[in-house]
This record gives sequence, C-alpha cells and structure tokens, in this order.
Amino acid sequence: MKRLLLFLPLLVAAILGVVLFAGIGRDPTRLESALIGKPVPEFKLEDLHDPGRQWDRSLFLGQVSLLNVWGTWCPSCRDEHPDLMRLAREHGVRIIGMNYKDQRVDALDWLRRLGDPYQVSLYDPKGTLGFDLGVYGAPETFVIDANGIVRYRHVGEINEKVWQDILRPVVEQARGNG
Amino acid sequence: MVRKLRLLLLVLLVGAVPAWADVADVYDFDSRAQEVRFQNLLAELRCPKCQNQNIADSHAPISQDMRDEVYRMMKAGASDEEIVDALVARFGEFVRYKPKLDSRTFLLWFTPAIAVFGGLLVVAGVVIRSRHRDRSEPPLSPEERARAERILAGADSGGPAPRED
Repeated sequence: MKRLLLFLPLLVAAILGVVLFAGIGRDPTRLESALIGKPVPEFKLEDLHDPGRQWDRSLFLGQVSLLNVWGTWCPSCRDEHPDLMRLAREHGVRIIGMNYKDQRVDALDWLRRLGDPYQVSLYDPKGTLGFDLGVYGAPETFVIDANGIVRYRHVGEINEKVWQDILRPVVEQARGNG
Repeated sequence: MVRKLRLLLLVLLVGAVPAWADVADVYDFDSRAQEVRFQNLLAELRCPKCQNQNIADSHAPISQDMRDEVYRMMKAGASDEEIVDALVARFGEFVRYKPKLDSRTFLLWFTPAIAVFGGLLVVAGVVIRSRHRDRSEPPLSPEERARAERILAGADSGGPAPRED
C-alpha cells in the first residue's frame, strides 16, 4: 500500500500532463456561441443594395442558410471571398451576407469587383444585429436552420477544409431535420 | 543641450496626460456612485476579442459597443445582474471575469479550497502517525535504564571506551 502511494505524484503529474496536452493547439480565440440552439434575435435591417427595403428574422425561415458577417475593412473577409463564391456556385448553399460596421459605398464596390455570393445582403453599419449575435470580429459565419435556429458559429475565415470538415456536416444535418 | 532635452521631456510628459483620461469620461453620470458602479461593471466584464483585457481597458470596437450597452442599460435602470446576464446571453459565459457557480465551474472555484484541505489532511496524517509511533515504542527496561544512566555519568563499561581528547 505504501509503495503504491509513492507512485501517486507520478500519477497526478501524468493526468495533469494529459489534460494540458489536450489543450495545446486549441485556439483560445474561438469561442462557442451563446446562441447555439436559440433563435436568431429579432432585427430590422436595411438591404445593402436597396435602402428602402427592410429585412427581419423571417428571412431565415423556410430553408437552411449561412449568415456570413463581413466588412471591407477586414482582410480575412477578402481571403475567404473566393471560397464563398465557390460555395454559392458549386454547392448551392444559401448565403446571407451581413455587411458589418462598414460604409455602403465601399461594400457595394467590393461586391461589384469581387462578385456577389449572397442571396440577400443585410446592411448593419452600427453592428446592432452583430451585437445581438455576439459577433466580436469578422469574418464570422453562422449556420441557421429552416426554423431560424442558430446551429453553429464559425469564427474566422471559411476555406475548403473548413467547409468540408465543419460546416458541411452541420448544414447537412440541419437540412435533414428541417 | 541638456536644457533642450529637459524641455522636450517636459513637453512629452505634459502631452501624455490626455492619454490617461478614463473611458468613463465620455459618459455622463447622475452621481459619483453611479460612475463607480459603471467602472466596477466594466472591470468585471471580459472583452471577447482581446481575451485578456476587461472592457474598460480594451480599445477593441466590440468593447466600445459593450460599454455603450452597459451604459444604456444602466441608464434604463437595469440591475448589475441584468446587465451582465444580457451580455452573457450574447457573448457567452466567457465575458464574465467572475464565473457563475455551477456544476461546470465548481472545480474552478473550489480547487484552491480542496487543495488546502487535502494538504491539511496529509499534514495531520503525518503528525498523527509520528505521534502514534512515539507512543508505540516500548519504554526502557530497568537494565537499559541503569545502563543509560551509567553512560550519562561517563562510566560505561559495556559499550565502546569513551574517547579521550
């Protein structure tokens, strides 16, 4: 018994090692959204292209959508733009854009030059819906199911790997249930 | 030359003062108590973007938005708890510097107490055991005692001869 007790410190160190090792490589800046499993907050935002037109949360009802938060001030958004174009074109994903804390002129110019992957573009210059969604940077992308429930939030840019490994399974699952 | 340098340093020092200005300076408060309450709330909320700063210190745009929301809710008469809960509902438990006590944060709160208590148990165990050992050692027999007294008197014949210096 006493002999075994001598190994206790070793055991404790080993367990601590395993726990700490598991933490290595995890990105601490990726926070889980507080909204997962909850409905998209109520909002009223103008259309980016048509200032006279207003959207609310019924925009997300009826089919699975990606909500992509972006701004022309955000370099990673520039990086992920071609991937969004490809997602919309090749995978037929419904992407709703949310132009976040930006100027309308700049945003429209960006979409003209780089292409427009968004079926609908929301304009959120003050970041009001962004705030309610817990957005703390850009790009961020939410998977929203056909009932308007947030299923997943991805912080950072989207690329082929992120789509295949993370977003696609979530989207397919949401489609299956919706 | 030195005088010029001094002047330059003075100018720099005076010029730096506005940078000390507090974030709360841009908000109006009804009372000093309200301002203190606001400052305490900001210090307790963590910036989701910069992670190791509270929203009072952080210059991230999201911290500005959070400060505005805290101010707005405070002016609207919300309690501290309501304000913090409203931000947690959006940004998650992460924004609390003082996490709520629940099953997930139990270890976080109580590990220090558990460690101290565990340490006390170990120390107590060691002390009790050593006392027990003292007591369980048999006292000297009359012969041993007599010999010990001889040794102390410096006249022992049974053991090795006393050294002479």
